[in-house]
Amino acid sequence: MASTETTAKDRDGGDLAGLEAGLDALETVQTGRRPLRQTLREKVLPPVVAVALVLAVWQALVSFGIVDDPTKLPSPGAVWDVLREAWLQGELLGYIWTSVSRGLLGFFFALLIGTPLGLLVARVKVIRAAIGPILSGLQSLPSVAWVPPAVIWLGLNNSMMYAVILLGAVPSIANGLVSGVSQVPPLFLRAGRTLGATGLKGTWHIVLPAALPGYVAGLKQGWAFSWRSLMAAEIIASFPDLGIGLGQLLENGRNASDMAMVFEAILLILTVGIAIDLLVFSPLERWVLRSRGLLVRS
Amino acid sequence: MATTLAKAADGAEAATHAARIEHVSKSFAGPAGQQLVLDDITLDVAPGEFVTLLGASGCGKSTLLNLVAGLDRPTAGTITTDGRPALMFQEHALFPWLTAGKNIELALRLRGVPKNERRGRAEELLELVRLKGAYGKRVHELSGGMRQRVALARALAQESSLLLMDEPFAALDAITRDVLHDELTRIWRETRLSVLFVTHNVREAVRLAQRVVLLSSRPGRIARQWTVGIPHPRRIEDTAVAELSVEITEELRGEIRRHGQH
Repeated sequence: MASTETTAKDRDGGDLAGLEAGLDALETVQTGRRPLRQTLREKVLPPVVAVALVLAVWQALVSFGIVDDPTKLPSPGAVWDVLREAWLQGELLGYIWTSVSRGLLGFFFALLIGTPLGLLVARVKVIRAAIGPILSGLQSLPSVAWVPPAVIWLGLNNSMMYAVILLGAVPSIANGLVSGVSQVPPLFLRAGRTLGATGLKGTWHIVLPAALPGYVAGLKQGWAFSWRSLMAAEIIASFPDLGIGLGQLLENGRNASDMAMVFEAILLILTVGIAIDLLVFSPLERWVLRSRGLLVRS
Repeated sequence: MATTLAKAADGAEAATHAARIEHVSKSFAGPAGQQLVLDDITLDVAPGEFVTLLGASGCGKSTLLNLVAGLDRPTAGTITTDGRPALMFQEHALFPWLTAGKNIELALRLRGVPKNERRGRAEELLELVRLKGAYGKRVHELSGGMRQRVALARALAQESSLLLMDEPFAALDAITRDVLHDELTRIWRETRLSVLFVTHNVREAVRLAQRVVLLSSRPGRIARQWTVGIPHPRRIEDTAVAELSVEITEELRGEIRRHGQH
């Protein structure tokens, strides 16, 4: 570098660096964490109040004799007693685990099949034209419809349960990835190409990470479909040798005309579905969106 | 920093040109048949030279840049460059799933730089664009000017001898743009890159370039060229910059006016 250039740069350099630092400081957005108390008040309190209200109305219906038939509507206390008893006999966790382990394992297989399938549909034009519409159509088919054929094909066993879960969840997961890929901004693809990310490298470094928000939304929906399919399968195809999951518990309650047990099963199914979503999928989704600045704090 | 950048500069000096565009034409299929966008463009960019391509809308300047970048093929003519040119867009085009530093490292990785060298190189490049502490920052945490500087660092990470810029500062506010002009000039002189810079802003063209190439519109042809001898550092408000800008603007207006006459 010529000496004249160096002096010119020095004359200008310090000034420019200061100017730039000032601009950066002025334009950078300060973000901080929300205080715990505010989180409690805005995020935790409302759902707790809502649940308490439902319980109060429920108790009132029973207490004031508006519904005076325990075979139609058991009191919250009766349901609580059934739950407590199942817990004390050590059965409660068994019911939950039977279903949750099936659900998660089935979901895991659905993930293994749905991901490459989605990628194939998204990236290969012919395959997209051939099975893309079928794949999105399958999402509107209630997965309970798969139970009868699955029983006929596979018999009353665990593979039948997994088959129903797969048929319910794979389309959601694949579709999530497909829509994620088709929403990748063309600018990212061009930028990737100028950096040398073409072909498989482009898929791995650009397309897949860019499609992640859509993919995670698909996973979330895939889990909901897995869980629903599994419950349908457990209710319809209950068979004592398979072990008692939450669906069988519900069916057993119905057979015994034990409304408290039916309520217990419904509450557990709901709670597990919500818990898995809150513990696994919502944090995953929030993390993906927040790290990209796509989540607006409300 | 000095060694790696010098290497790029050596490569550029060894070649006789950073980019050679010979009789290049480009047409697209339009509603009225084939539409000629670029007509017989011949333009050389010398090693270390800073050239701005100036023109009104529809002159095909971005098309030409895409052709040089290899993102599209010319209908006729040839384009030779020394390796794959780096390209900067009007939008920063940084990947939001990566931090500023990792965006730069991805460019290094795709170029085959070994893993243990990437972090160091990325931090050097961030320092070059005066964003020393920004390695772990997410794209959305940076201001518009900072994003374009990270994008510049990522483009520099390609260690190409030719940097193509497609109106990279058009979306920035005037103050930030002015600062980035100084910054780009400084980096260009330190690295001795060749730059082909597309803009529709006459003052920007004059403030930055050694040579201004004016394209006519529909189809894009080289209408006139100016060599800019104004010494650096230049200011947007310098009299010499203003005088040349007036002259070029007159010419540009003439070109635009021709389109309204038939």
